[in-house]
Amino acid sequence: MPIKSYLAHPHTGKKEYLIEALSNIEACEVLPANNEDVLILVTETNNKQEEDILKEKLERIPSLKLLAMVSGFETPKNE
Amino acid sequence: MYRSIYTDRRSFIKKMAVLSAMTTAAAMFPGIIFAEEQEKGIPEGANLDWKKAPCRFCGVGCGVLIGTEAGKAVAVKGDPASPVNKGLCCVKGYHSIMALYGKDRLTKPLVKKNGTYVETSMQEALDLVASKMKETVNDHGKDAVAIYGSGQWTIPDGYVASKLFKGCIGTNNVEANARLCMATAVTGFLTSFGLDEPMGCYEDIDYADTFFLWGNNMAEMHPVLFSRLLDQRLKRGVKIIDFATRTTRTSMAADKSILFNPQTDLAVGNAICYEIIRNGWMNKAFVEEHCNFSKGLTKMGYGLEDHYKFTDKPEKINFEQYKAFLEDYSPEKVAKLSGVSVKDIKYMAAHFGDPNKKVMSFWCMGMNQHSRGTWINNIVYNIHLLTGKISTPGNSPFSLTGQPSACGTVREVGTLTHKLPHGVVMNKEHREFAAKIWDVPVENIPAKPTYHTVEMFRALDRGDIRFMWIQVTNPMVTMPKLKRYRDGAKKEGRFIVVSDIYPTPTTDIADVILPSAMWIEREGMYGNSERRTQYFEQMLEPPGEAMSDTWQLIEVAKRLGYEKQFYYKEETHVEEIYNEYRRHHEGKKHNMAPLEVLKSQPGAMWPYVDGKSTKWRFNAKYDPACSNGKDFHFYGKKDGKAIIWQRPYEPAAEEPDADYPFWLGTGRVVEHWHTGSMTRRIPVLHQAMPHAYVELNPGDAKRMQIRTGDKVKLTTRRGEITLPASVNQRGVPAPMQVFVPFFDENMLINDITLDSFCPISKEPDYKKCAVKVEKA
Repeated sequence: MPIKSYLAHPHTGKKEYLIEALSNIEACEVLPANNEDVLILVTETNNKQEEDILKEKLERIPSLKLLAMVSGFETPKNE
Repeated sequence: MYRSIYTDRRSFIKKMAVLSAMTTAAAMFPGIIFAEEQEKGIPEGANLDWKKAPCRFCGVGCGVLIGTEAGKAVAVKGDPASPVNKGLCCVKGYHSIMALYGKDRLTKPLVKKNGTYVETSMQEALDLVASKMKETVNDHGKDAVAIYGSGQWTIPDGYVASKLFKGCIGTNNVEANARLCMATAVTGFLTSFGLDEPMGCYEDIDYADTFFLWGNNMAEMHPVLFSRLLDQRLKRGVKIIDFATRTTRTSMAADKSILFNPQTDLAVGNAICYEIIRNGWMNKAFVEEHCNFSKGLTKMGYGLEDHYKFTDKPEKINFEQYKAFLEDYSPEKVAKLSGVSVKDIKYMAAHFGDPNKKVMSFWCMGMNQHSRGTWINNIVYNIHLLTGKISTPGNSPFSLTGQPSACGTVREVGTLTHKLPHGVVMNKEHREFAAKIWDVPVENIPAKPTYHTVEMFRALDRGDIRFMWIQVTNPMVTMPKLKRYRDGAKKEGRFIVVSDIYPTPTTDIADVILPSAMWIEREGMYGNSERRTQYFEQMLEPPGEAMSDTWQLIEVAKRLGYEKQFYYKEETHVEEIYNEYRRHHEGKKHNMAPLEVLKSQPGAMWPYVDGKSTKWRFNAKYDPACSNGKDFHFYGKKDGKAIIWQRPYEPAAEEPDADYPFWLGTGRVVEHWHTGSMTRRIPVLHQAMPHAYVELNPGDAKRMQIRTGDKVKLTTRRGEITLPASVNQRGVPAPMQVFVPFFDENMLINDITLDSFCPISKEPDYKKCAVKVEKA
């Protein structure tokens, strides 16, 4: 069950749109910075396949300029 | 139960993921605020009272805001008003208040009776401490009692300790753990400039073009400052050069990582000087106007034997003699010894040599815990002095500290055997000055220093010291060659008092354990690496009978009959002590800011003159103490000139050989602060780094068929220890080197380290001894 954290950089002036878009995805938790144009995204999926689908979904968000992965954790299902 | 484990484990991992991202974001955007996360722990509808304090942990001295409610600290955030951290905190800072609330907090005094600890009242425990001190002085003399304190002592703690032992009892048996980490920086500053502590300040970061990190893993040890460097790289394209013996997170973030063989930084530093002179990059006008050249004694030994003594004999030389000395340090000659390529040596020299580049050097334990530490400090100053890159914004050799008040208390108050708050015990005028303020006969203060830290613990082992009071430090984890000193402390006829907040391996050797008030449970001040003194008020009541270290000392002093000198009232004693302390530093060279200034702002830098902090000392433009009519005035030396020292390369005390073929170096990790006695009680930090490990080079590990997690036995001439292996994880040592962090009291690496030290500073070298490595 992969848990990953990213720094998500919005296009100029699109931070609020990006927060909204990411917040609407079930596997995503968003933590916006209060004073910079960047937000922390934590994703939690059940398996690699779901992870790949999510990745595609994220790549289609128009307000997202850059997604930089910071950490990745693979936890066994029974944990 | 199953569900509960599931939830905890998953949430913990998520929390770790968020923290990793926050740390990265903080490195990219200093001052970034994630209010939602940082205020998550705050109870809903809470009406918090936010008050400022310096962080409890390292010597950076970040300003934090503590939110309290109903007598409990419930939130912490970086103070945006602090010029140190500009609102940012590291992972330890964000969790600092949790260190107040560990389950096993000491709340009652404990006295050892027939091998077991019995609870007693504070008044009875203090009576016992005072009577034992009196008895020891009567039976064995004044020099049989000692106090061993810390760079975590507040300024008032250290001040009253020094006054009681040196001024009243009449022994110079006062030492502090900063001897183990900062003493070399002190002797470096004193020998080169005649005055301690950096001439510049953190603001230099905003102006420098190149940052040299001399054996300094800033990304883990000083992450907030390192994030300021990274921020400058984003904004201005500055260069970060990591010069180290091991590849770390700092190396990975640097623009260039250069590895050198342990101890050979001395030779590489000299090679940089050689290149500067050879290429005509020397700032002749600066050197001629503001520098002298000297050499000292060589082949000094390593302090391995009891009663070791060394006093340097400086001898003036001229530039031509210094230049001739450097002939042995051409890049070609040094490359072979150091493992640093000729190209890299020239690359480093060129950064210093470029007249259009401002250069800042940072160092910490790599240069200070070094058997020739004073020399390597001198050599780095040589580089800055030869190029005139000093005491101006952005040109700054800067030694970092690891404890919140290593500077403020140990170096400025002077809680070392040879020191007084102003000056040294060897100087009659300095003794007279201190005695007058302390209201004691000058004869009380002995003119000779007694024991530096290693020798103090040797004296305890030998029986020369019979009573030792240890406050806010954990020597039974940190002393090198620990076994000798642990066994010595446990010997019959020794009486040990330990003041602390949690049980530690040091409280295990105590006859009396006094519970201390921690940080914001009392009032005090810390002094950070940039000469900034910061005040914090008492925000919380200490638990049970816990009492501040200051007041413990005052209570004992009164019991010993020194009521006149310890006249302080309980309600106002910190203010009274600080005002008395300020008198020692009056004058343009070291004036301390008034308490009301410290209360009103996030600290002030000494010398505080005409209502202003001094940012760059020795520069007439910024420092009112300069009086020679020139641009620069190194007024710590009588003739106003700094010294460029001729210091050669010499090998370490114990180098790898056929029997012990690896180098062993020790150090710290980002999650834990020093011996972990506080941070290991913060669940998120403990879970993130639960135990120590031994890092191996991947090539060595492959050859020895060792994988991460395998047990590895390390053997030195002092003993052996088994630890889990770490291969290609956080740090990567060079081939034939291993690294072990020292935070874990269950895996005491110092049982096998060596107690060699720099003969000038008496600071041990924790970075170098020979070790045999085997798969267990």
